[in-house]
Amino acid sequence: MNLTLLNVIVAVVIAIAFAALNAAYLVWAERRGAARIQRRPGPNINGPFGLLQPPLDGIKLMAKQLTTPGGADKVLFIAAPVLAMFPAIMSFVTIPFSDTIVAKNMNVGVLMIFAFASMGSMSLVFAGWSSRNKYSMMSSVRAVSQAVAYEIPMLITTITVVMIAGSTDLMEIVNQQSPSILHWNIFPLLGNSHNLLMPLSFLIFFTCTLAETNRAPFDLGEAESELVAGFHTEYGSMGFGLFFMGEYANIVIGSCMTTILFLGGWSCPFGLFPGVWWFIIKLYILIATFIWIRWTFPRTTIYGLLNLSWKILIPLSLFNLLFTAGLIKVF
Amino acid sequence: MNPTMVSSPSLFSVEGMVGVVFLIMIAITIIGGLIASNAERVVRAVAGLIVCFVGVAGIYFFLNSPFVSMMQILIYVGAVAVAISFAIMLAAPEQRKKVGPSGPLVGPLGFATAALLAGGFSVLAFKTNWVQMDKINDGSLRTIGLELLTRYSMVFELISIVLLIAILGALVIARIRRES
Repeated sequence: MNLTLLNVIVAVVIAIAFAALNAAYLVWAERRGAARIQRRPGPNINGPFGLLQPPLDGIKLMAKQLTTPGGADKVLFIAAPVLAMFPAIMSFVTIPFSDTIVAKNMNVGVLMIFAFASMGSMSLVFAGWSSRNKYSMMSSVRAVSQAVAYEIPMLITTITVVMIAGSTDLMEIVNQQSPSILHWNIFPLLGNSHNLLMPLSFLIFFTCTLAETNRAPFDLGEAESELVAGFHTEYGSMGFGLFFMGEYANIVIGSCMTTILFLGGWSCPFGLFPGVWWFIIKLYILIATFIWIRWTFPRTTIYGLLNLSWKILIPLSLFNLLFTAGLIKVF
Repeated sequence: MNPTMVSSPSLFSVEGMVGVVFLIMIAITIIGGLIASNAERVVRAVAGLIVCFVGVAGIYFFLNSPFVSMMQILIYVGAVAVAISFAIMLAAPEQRKKVGPSGPLVGPLGFATAALLAGGFSVLAFKTNWVQMDKINDGSLRTIGLELLTRYSMVFELISIVLLIAILGALVIARIRRES
């Protein structure tokens, strides 16, 4: 009993550390990436390649005063950034990084991650509303409509994958893709899905991940040219820091889910290193894609964003679901 | 009442800790409910509602049905609470709740209803012969799906009809708004 309890505590601490460390260093990666894409120097002074920038930024943010705007709802104003970071950390507990490295594998792992991911949008609502600021308010209305619109195709696509795997256990889903690279869910025909539309499901899922994490080109919530910084306009100090870290933690979770559901998790294309390294490689390639997309595409309009979801992604994903169900019934 | 359950276990035994966790979940649920019903600002009420939902999800998880617990969070926090806050934001977020009784009969009637409910539930709780139930099934996705589409298929279909009517109603209302 004591040993398992200790194991769980250690695993949870590692999950928190992983989330926080990733969140801090992805900010650095993003700034360096942005600088490279826009042909300007990024953070390169503090430490080699500017690697000391994130801890210094952390110290700076923590040393600042946390101000609350007049007329703001203080309780919700403080609760919102916490609510941005906490579901992200919770989700890390059930993500399997390899067949042995997982804090607590659950047979409803997929559901758990989406359940906690869906809590994240509430933090934007509370932040926007409690700030007493027109821009923040508009931003949270946008964020909510966006979250509602993109959760639907995302969940429908996930149901497609779950139907193919016949399980909501993340480990089981990866194990079924393990035999070879051609068994990964993204590849049609040769995998266990035999579904021609799997690349499309991957695209839908990845687009929804971009939108759910409020990343450009879908970052209508914080559109700095129209809404200053949207829901976190009024936040300073670590309140802002938590929103920032929550965003990156969510990106890591989105990439983890894409890796697990479509790219075979920790299964190796050819066994050079242990599986967990393959997982990490796939994860960071996806994250790099996130950064690359952010600094390459201009922001869409709110109408474009909602039309893309309701008129294109939802019908496509519903068709995909029916098609997959039919295939499973026939074969 | 089961004779083994009568003697309360020590706080530091496994059963005692389990009981404490259960009580914490119940406390979270009740506190959330109180915030939801007493908050002056509507958004705070939504926050209370979310706390309440999370507490209920914790109780489900505690009662060994993680699937229902996750669905509780996914549907109620992720969809219902978001939909409610969306509606609040589209309406009037600045409006405060009217505080105080809205009529002379509200206080006594409310008190009577509360007393009746509390009394009724206490009588039920003490008069019922509590039996310890066996686990019905493993509560997994597969068993729940099979039960829904076999034994409870009628209920399942009826719920889907209710949802269909709700969708149609929403469409009708939206259409009327747009035409006028």
